Amino acid sequence: MRNRWLYTIPLAIFCVLGIYLGIGLTLDPKKLPNMLDGQPVPAFDLPPIKDRGTKGFASTDLEGDVTLVNIFGSWCVACRTEHPYLMKLKQQGAVPIHGIDWREEDPDAGPRWLKRFGDPYTLVGDDPRSKAAIAFGVTGAPETFLVDRKGIVRYKHIGPVNDAVWKEVLQPLIDKLRREKSPEGGS
Amino acid sequence: MTAELGHFTLILALCVALVQAVFPLVGAARDNEVWMGLARPTAMFQFLLVSISFGCLTHLYVTSDFSVLNVASNSNTAMPMLYKVSGVWGNHEGSLLLWVLILAIFGAAVAAFGRNLPPALRARVLSVQAMIAVGFYLFMLFTSNPFERLFPAPINGRELNPLLQDPGLAFHPPMLYLGYVGFSMAFSFAIAALIEGRVDAAWARWVRPWTMAAWCFLTAGITLGSWWAYYELGWGGWWYWDPVENASFMPWLAGTALLHSATVVEKRDSLKGWTVLLAIITFSLSLLGTFLVRSGVLTSVHAFATDPTRGVFILMLLIVVIGGSLALYAFRAPKLVSSGLFQPVSREGALLFNNLVMTTAAAAVLLGTLYPLFLDAIGGAKVSVGPPFFNAVFIPIMIPMIAAMAFGPLLNWKRGDLVAAFGQLRLAAILGLVALAATYMWQTDGPIFATLGMGLAVWLGLGTLTELAGRARLFTAPAGAWGRFRRMPRASWGMVLGHFGLALAIAGMAGAGGWTKESIQTMHPGETVDLAGYEFTFDGASEGQGPNYTAIVGKFTVRKSGDVIAELVAEKRNYPIGGMPTTEAGIETRLAGDLYAVIGDPEGEDGGFVTRLYFNPLVVWMWIGAMVMVFGGVLSLTDRRYRVGAPKRSRAGAAVAAGA
Amino acid sequence: MLKRLLLATALLFAALPPALAVNPAEVLDDPALEARARDISKGLRCVVCQNQSIDDSDATLARDLRLLVRERLTAGDSNKEVVDYVVSRYGDFVLLKPPFKVATLALWFGPLAFVALALIAAFAFFRRQRRARTETAPAPALSDEQRKRLDDLLKGDGS
Repeated sequence: MRNRWLYTIPLAIFCVLGIYLGIGLTLDPKKLPNMLDGQPVPAFDLPPIKDRGTKGFASTDLEGDVTLVNIFGSWCVACRTEHPYLMKLKQQGAVPIHGIDWREEDPDAGPRWLKRFGDPYTLVGDDPRSKAAIAFGVTGAPETFLVDRKGIVRYKHIGPVNDAVWKEVLQPLIDKLRREKSPEGGS
Repeated sequence: MTAELGHFTLILALCVALVQAVFPLVGAARDNEVWMGLARPTAMFQFLLVSISFGCLTHLYVTSDFSVLNVASNSNTAMPMLYKVSGVWGNHEGSLLLWVLILAIFGAAVAAFGRNLPPALRARVLSVQAMIAVGFYLFMLFTSNPFERLFPAPINGRELNPLLQDPGLAFHPPMLYLGYVGFSMAFSFAIAALIEGRVDAAWARWVRPWTMAAWCFLTAGITLGSWWAYYELGWGGWWYWDPVENASFMPWLAGTALLHSATVVEKRDSLKGWTVLLAIITFSLSLLGTFLVRSGVLTSVHAFATDPTRGVFILMLLIVVIGGSLALYAFRAPKLVSSGLFQPVSREGALLFNNLVMTTAAAAVLLGTLYPLFLDAIGGAKVSVGPPFFNAVFIPIMIPMIAAMAFGPLLNWKRGDLVAAFGQLRLAAILGLVALAATYMWQTDGPIFATLGMGLAVWLGLGTLTELAGRARLFTAPAGAWGRFRRMPRASWGMVLGHFGLALAIAGMAGAGGWTKESIQTMHPGETVDLAGYEFTFDGASEGQGPNYTAIVGKFTVRKSGDVIAELVAEKRNYPIGGMPTTEAGIETRLAGDLYAVIGDPEGEDGGFVTRLYFNPLVVWMWIGAMVMVFGGVLSLTDRRYRVGAPKRSRAGAAVAAGA
Repeated sequence: MLKRLLLATALLFAALPPALAVNPAEVLDDPALEARARDISKGLRCVVCQNQSIDDSDATLARDLRLLVRERLTAGDSNKEVVDYVVSRYGDFVLLKPPFKVATLALWFGPLAFVALALIAAFAFFRRQRRARTETAPAPALSDEQRKRLDDLLKGDGS
């Protein structure tokens, strides 16, 4: 008589499979990890968008204070939903928000959008060829990066920033980072 | 009204299926003839109800009734009628209705044509079919109702995805589902056999026609899909190892193994446990495919719009059906005693080898498909498993089997003579090596697998013909050969065609996969590009119109050494409602390869257009080979010996077939 | 819900059919470099698409990645350096051929393990068969009494 337990092997394999499939239902296969966590902000130097003067947005602008870098575009529907909240944050003066205008085919589109819905950004860079976006590992908009005063990326949020995200994640992290002693004279 | 009728008949079908699932099964256990007798009428009635339901949904689409959410989401008055109809199954809910319809069709077919099945077996088989149906009905009625209303009804609906508005793709899902669901019959037979505790030659004989039919449909469905991808997606690719492609391929691999394994059960009373397990695995892989497409667990170009609750429901279904059947297998399979003994080198041994290789291949594909999920679930990084992995793993596994396929039919049952077989295959081996060497010298820049593929294709093709010739004693006793050919059973012809078709397809895959030539450029009218020895001249572009699209139409003339050999018309279509562009390549199919032209957007201000030109060698051999394979399968089906319990002419035979 | 909007937005721009992936405008002048660029692109996954390489995809981000690959190649990066850069931005996810790492050992060795299992199963099967054959011991010799009974029976049946 063969070993009866051999016949249970298919069932055992399926049980393991079933567990993984169940776990898989709770995961999002398209959500990529933040490759920049704890890394310095990637180097970039973007020109300004139209009607915003001559100063663009470069990675060197991100030292000295805790900042948010927000990737947006006039084509992005979810950015519209996020936008009022960013305006509110700007009003409160909670944290400087810089913007990267991503993948605009028409150089007027970004400025038009900001004029229409409001401009919460301190600095804005024009990134039609995804140079900065790729450097940040961006896969969609909106995405928001939290950068500390030394220029290290501390957090990446995928999707619109809203009240819950701000109160539960961003604000506490910003406060914590601000309380960290600033480096005295050099790294 | 129609929507409510459709919904109502669906609910009724569920009730009938519940009856069908319970009473005949219990009746078979208790030898209650009345309850067993319920199986056939309930199966027929269920079929009637589901047909009405499906007819209602089709009617809603055809009349463009946008008060029904499903129609409004997937159909539009501007669409041609063919796509209004195919839109019925071009979405999640509708495709499920197609699933249960086919399930009911197969159930009714067993009820109608399975008269020679012993009543207990038939009752159990139909009960298991009904159980599967119940699962799907519940799934539909709770999470995916195609008859949901939409208030207020919009004036016009969204559109069927423009990519799906294509004749080839309209029939791809029904073919596939006929395959998947067809394998549910083998599954039901396997479960019934496990419950009875008995697998014998008669069982194998009953299972085979259903399995063969399902296999034919699945092969056709997969081929249709590949063919569509080739001419629609714009660069001549035909297989991407996309998770959902894999989801259809794995049941095909297991189903092919099942077909071969059932032969051994029937002829030699061996490999019973294997065969029953394969029947369960094949259908389980079909169900798993359903899960993968609709749950959002994997990213794929094929995935329907996903919804976690649906995913949970299907997972529950999987656990009940697959878990239940494998548990039953664990308990009852040890009871199945095989008596046939055979040497490793023998016809059975070759079939066992086929079994093992196909299963290993299916397991490897499953591993690759699900690995990103596994890794993510245990907290590891996100990885992608793409074509490089699958090609590196699948092809080496299949090579030994393709090589063995030429030997198998030449080996005797029980104990085969490998040396003698090889002696017969000398010519095939020599020509195979010649083909390999010739290909290598002629096309040194292709991947090694392509060259190997050509050699194997010649080996297999000639090996199959050798066996055929040997059987008819074409060269040893040529006088009676024609008579012998004619008297050969159709099933034998089926095998020959099946194997030969595969050889053709492999040659096609080697050509198309290995030696494609491409040229991308901007062309102005009158310009010519040289590619693979042909001259492609761009004759200019114009505007075109369709019922629901506008198009850029590009014309190309292809010449070889100055003589015109083809005129290609390529289009880039824009569907304003769907918002998506599609490309229709201009293709001229020739035996040596396809001439393939794609037109793109205008480039620059001076009338230039982006064009992509291809020469795809031997592509048509893939489609021809697949058709030959399917034809072989259909031929086997028409063999009297294979039809469900077709009794031998003697009365004693009939008694045996009716099942003592 | 918003996450779905985001995904839908991304997909809106990514799910375009891969009609005309590489544009002539992107093609480098140096054919050797262009060949390298195409090779690399075929192995990089389009991260905003459903399972395509950046060579096949029509998505804007795919195009920008293709341009980035060409830029870096023109600047003198080796194939490995270009790929490493993209991996440093997006992770191993972007490689269509899964890397050889501890995390993917099971993936790469799995098929070998399956082949080994199949071989073991085959061996076990044939060994069991052989045992079944030899265990069918020859019939024991009949005792005298049994032989007499056999004769009686046979004679009784007779002719």
